[in-house]
Amino acid sequence: MADKKSDVVTSAGSAVSRPDRLQNPGFEPEHKRVHDESPERARGAERGISLLFALSGILSAAAFTLNFIFPIVPGDLLSTRYNNMFVGLAIAAGLLCLGVGAVHWAKALMHGHELVEERHTTRGDDATRARAVEIFQEANKESGWTRRRLLRNSLIGALVAMPIPAIALLRDLAPAGTLEEKLVHTMWEKGVRLTRDPNGVPIKASDVTIGSAFHVIPENIIGLEEGFLNEKAKSAVLLMRLPLDALNEAEDRKGWSYDGIVAYSKICTHVGCPVALYEQQTHHLLCPCHQSQFDVANHCAVIFGPAARPLPQLPIAVDAEGYLVAQSDFLEPVGPSYWERIR
Amino acid sequence: MSVATQKKSTAPTSTGAGMRFVGGVSNYIDERTSISGAVKFLGRKIFPDHWSFMLGEIALYSFIVILLSGTFLTFFYDPSMVEVHYDGSYVPLKGIHMSAAYSSTLNLTFDIRGGLLMRQVHHWAALLFVAAIGLHMLRVFFTGAFRKPREINWVIGFVLFILAMAEGFTGYSLPDDLLSGNGLRIIDGMIKAMPGIGTWISYLLFGGEFPGNDVIPRLYVLHIMLLPALVIALIAIHMVLLIINKHTQFAGPGRTNDNVVGSPILPVFAAKAGGFFFLVFGIIMLIASLFTINPIWNYGPYDPSPVSAGTQPDWYIGFADGMLRLMPSGWEFVVDGYTWSLNLLVPIVVLMLFIVIVMVYPFIEAWVTGDKREHHIAERPRNQPTRTAIGAAGVTFYAVLWAGAASDLIATHFRTTIEGVILTLQILLIVAPVAAFWMAKKIALALQRKDRELVLHGYESSRIVRLPGGEYREIHTPLDEFEQWKLVSFDEYAPAQLRPNARGKITIGARMRSSVSRFYFEDRIAPVVTKELESQKH
Amino acid sequence: MSRTVNRKGRRHPLSSLVLILVGLFVSGGAYAAVTGTASAADAPVSASQIEDGKKLFASNCASCHGLSAQGSAAGPSLIGAGALSVEFQVGSGRMPMSGSGPQAEKKPVQFTQPEIDAMAAWVASLAPGPAVPEASSLAGGDPSNGAELFRVNCAMCHNVAGAGGALTEGKWAPSLRNIDPVHVYAAMVTGPQNMPVFSDMNITPAEKNDIIAYLKFLDENPSVGGMDLGALGPVSEGLFVWIFALGGLVAITIWLSAKSN
Repeated sequence: MADKKSDVVTSAGSAVSRPDRLQNPGFEPEHKRVHDESPERARGAERGISLLFALSGILSAAAFTLNFIFPIVPGDLLSTRYNNMFVGLAIAAGLLCLGVGAVHWAKALMHGHELVEERHTTRGDDATRARAVEIFQEANKESGWTRRRLLRNSLIGALVAMPIPAIALLRDLAPAGTLEEKLVHTMWEKGVRLTRDPNGVPIKASDVTIGSAFHVIPENIIGLEEGFLNEKAKSAVLLMRLPLDALNEAEDRKGWSYDGIVAYSKICTHVGCPVALYEQQTHHLLCPCHQSQFDVANHCAVIFGPAARPLPQLPIAVDAEGYLVAQSDFLEPVGPSYWERIR
Repeated sequence: MSVATQKKSTAPTSTGAGMRFVGGVSNYIDERTSISGAVKFLGRKIFPDHWSFMLGEIALYSFIVILLSGTFLTFFYDPSMVEVHYDGSYVPLKGIHMSAAYSSTLNLTFDIRGGLLMRQVHHWAALLFVAAIGLHMLRVFFTGAFRKPREINWVIGFVLFILAMAEGFTGYSLPDDLLSGNGLRIIDGMIKAMPGIGTWISYLLFGGEFPGNDVIPRLYVLHIMLLPALVIALIAIHMVLLIINKHTQFAGPGRTNDNVVGSPILPVFAAKAGGFFFLVFGIIMLIASLFTINPIWNYGPYDPSPVSAGTQPDWYIGFADGMLRLMPSGWEFVVDGYTWSLNLLVPIVVLMLFIVIVMVYPFIEAWVTGDKREHHIAERPRNQPTRTAIGAAGVTFYAVLWAGAASDLIATHFRTTIEGVILTLQILLIVAPVAAFWMAKKIALALQRKDRELVLHGYESSRIVRLPGGEYREIHTPLDEFEQWKLVSFDEYAPAQLRPNARGKITIGARMRSSVSRFYFEDRIAPVVTKELESQKH
Repeated sequence: MSRTVNRKGRRHPLSSLVLILVGLFVSGGAYAAVTGTASAADAPVSASQIEDGKKLFASNCASCHGLSAQGSAAGPSLIGAGALSVEFQVGSGRMPMSGSGPQAEKKPVQFTQPEIDAMAAWVASLAPGPAVPEASSLAGGDPSNGAELFRVNCAMCHNVAGAGGALTEGKWAPSLRNIDPVHVYAAMVTGPQNMPVFSDMNITPAEKNDIIAYLKFLDENPSVGGMDLGALGPVSEGLFVWIFALGGLVAITIWLSAKSN
């Protein structure tokens, strides 16, 4: 062992070496366990451990039987709860008995002395390393890897080019077109009624009392076969009515609300959670995911949290029958920001 | 029967039919596989005994439990986003539209024998798996067990940690319930924030717009095929390297850098490790039978409009969620028509930086010490005060982010405001790691001083005697040489000297190394040496 | 197509009729929508009860709400608040408020039911407002429809399992477990404090019953998986796994690697 190490010189870096450091005193005297000294105690431990193993077997059988004592009755949730609990407990107890038994056997009865194994440096010994180098050199000579540079470089080039087709293959993970062109449109358009989520009942302006919050989806989304959730993820809206004196509206957006009723996208401009926690006295909206807060009284300006942009407002009006309708689509993309958002 | 077994059977010892059978089978296998070589090589390999060396085993065993329970779940789970009507046992969801994925998860929960149990075993084991990896990494970090020759195994373990989180997140998404759907929504928002490529990655991942009809089957393939294959392969390499490098051991009498002291694999270690597998399995099973985890039936099917208060990811993603929550308002700007969402990019970059530092730490420390020797003695954290302090700072940073993910629950439980909690955590994110660094270093140095005291003067015996001169003094009982050795045998480093290289120049690299080295090793306590001990005896 | 059919199918068959009828009544003005729940089932109110209520109000509530419930800087006007608001606020112990805080919280109730009824009668006599419904009229809802409505309208504040959640500036949405159905109903109709109002045009009386039925289902059915750790989601699960699962296993590793005596 010593000679193997001598051929490797490794730097100790900035380690301090102290010639007068204390010396390793060698192994402590072996301590005896009660089970080594008293055969009676050892027999006792043996009996205990085999009892644990036997118990484990019985518990496994019990877990099997408990499935029939506590069967799952369709429609009865309590039966599922009991099945889960009792079968699980029996299996768990069986596993724990087995584990405790095995560990106790190892600790109390198996040979208790510590053994010593030599360590060697991880690197191969010099002869092995020399032979490995030799093999590489032979292979190089026989193949001409370094000599035939054109051959080698063209091979590397070909290998690098190999994955290029995958880029095209992966393109069809998504349908034709781009995401940007889909993100700028929602189902809202001029005259589409605001309806209640999830049942699609249209909403009259007079239904929206002060302090109310309606969760709204566009009327034309109801019955949509393809992409219902995709569209809902963009067009979910929160409808609220504020006292007129509480609402501060910008001059150019005065026509977007109706008698204190305002509609804002429910999809957070941060990462897209539904911002739906409306406080009717403070007029604050809170996102439960990352705590961004928006002030409904001030065009949903961000007042706290990681969001950067106000929630987009849906311009609304009332149709001839008194129902709330959209004046148009949102005038900006809803939801989280993306690279080409305002292109 | 072979000659060998026949010979054995003639021996007077109690070799019954059972032994003959075992011998026969072993012979049969060995003649076809030469397995005796493996038994000879591995059978008596030594594993040192210390409780902290079993943390990786917890991770390994919970992974086996995950594989077993996960296989059961695949028999009943349907990874499809096709819309169906639920008509199972859970009354509050009867007649509701949902994806086949969610509906099949509900069915296996309520109507399949052992389905709920296996789901809860799977999820609890997954949480435990990542937690055990984390704790195992902390043990390896704080004992310096990542040093040569184990740097590569540290990196492999680190990749396993990342893969475990990926496994966890993909699995968490599969039921397609409201909670996990909002989790995916957040991931989508983060992906979209990436400059240039984000929109495309989101488009391809979801097969169109969010949420689309493709993401669940795609995550399923990752969750049950690609990621587990990688995890199993890397665990295999991790274990092979463990056998090649042999396990580290703590300093102790008779233990050196050139030996390993402990129990042999056969029989003691195998019995302990095998028994421990059943204990880990048993604890997971016990918890799964008594405690609900992820009650997906409460959340309902994914729908982009509703959301639940207290929407959080599983714990191991919490630090990322917390980072998002701790960003101040308004960090987004537009340059030339392109949107830079710094409120998401900054967290992504900071988290990446954090985990990359974790990954490359062994190489940083090796560069600072310049020590090229192999190290097989696990260090006590106090004996490397700066590393311990860096670790404490990292843990604190992570913990603050983690608390950030629970800001709303902290606010309701401690009757305070969300805004106050977040502001406090924002300040703590900067201040607490520095404070933790400083405190951990002070504590480590103090403990080292205490060790010196003990070696030099022994324990206080609480016996007071009066000396002939009238002076009172407490008698100290000296340590025996074995106890002393545990306290004095550690590696000690001095700040690297700034020296010109062969060409007589001082490079920038050398300057940097010297100043980092000073930062590491300026404050240090030397171990007691023979002379000091002898002078103390008189 | 299936979506349309089934969404309709889940609604109470009479709900459209009810909607039209209520709509007719309400068209007179938005204000009436709030009071639309006043029902003929109101218990007869005697003059002496109103007189008792006035006295109780004067001695317990008037310091903030004013002697004639006209309101002050310390408390809002209660004219038009109706009996239902009084039943909710006083019957859940929120009123009288103890000290100042971000919001009034649930406390032990400080009055007997006849006293609460008396105060409710007096407040109701000031101006029309929502009345207290018969408890029996709040039964028989469909928990499945209720659960869906709950997720859309309530879960973002109160959590899907009704465990409650945080609001801004120290306010919170309380837990909805084991709440008297009358109070659940009252909260939806009156919109106490920062809770939005859910008028009968937003959530119909039948739908309100569905929501109450879902909450009742949650109260009556313990979590199938075992103890629910507060139904708080992944945070409590994560803490549990670190403290108990990993903590327990670390204790086992210490036993496992300790030397046998």
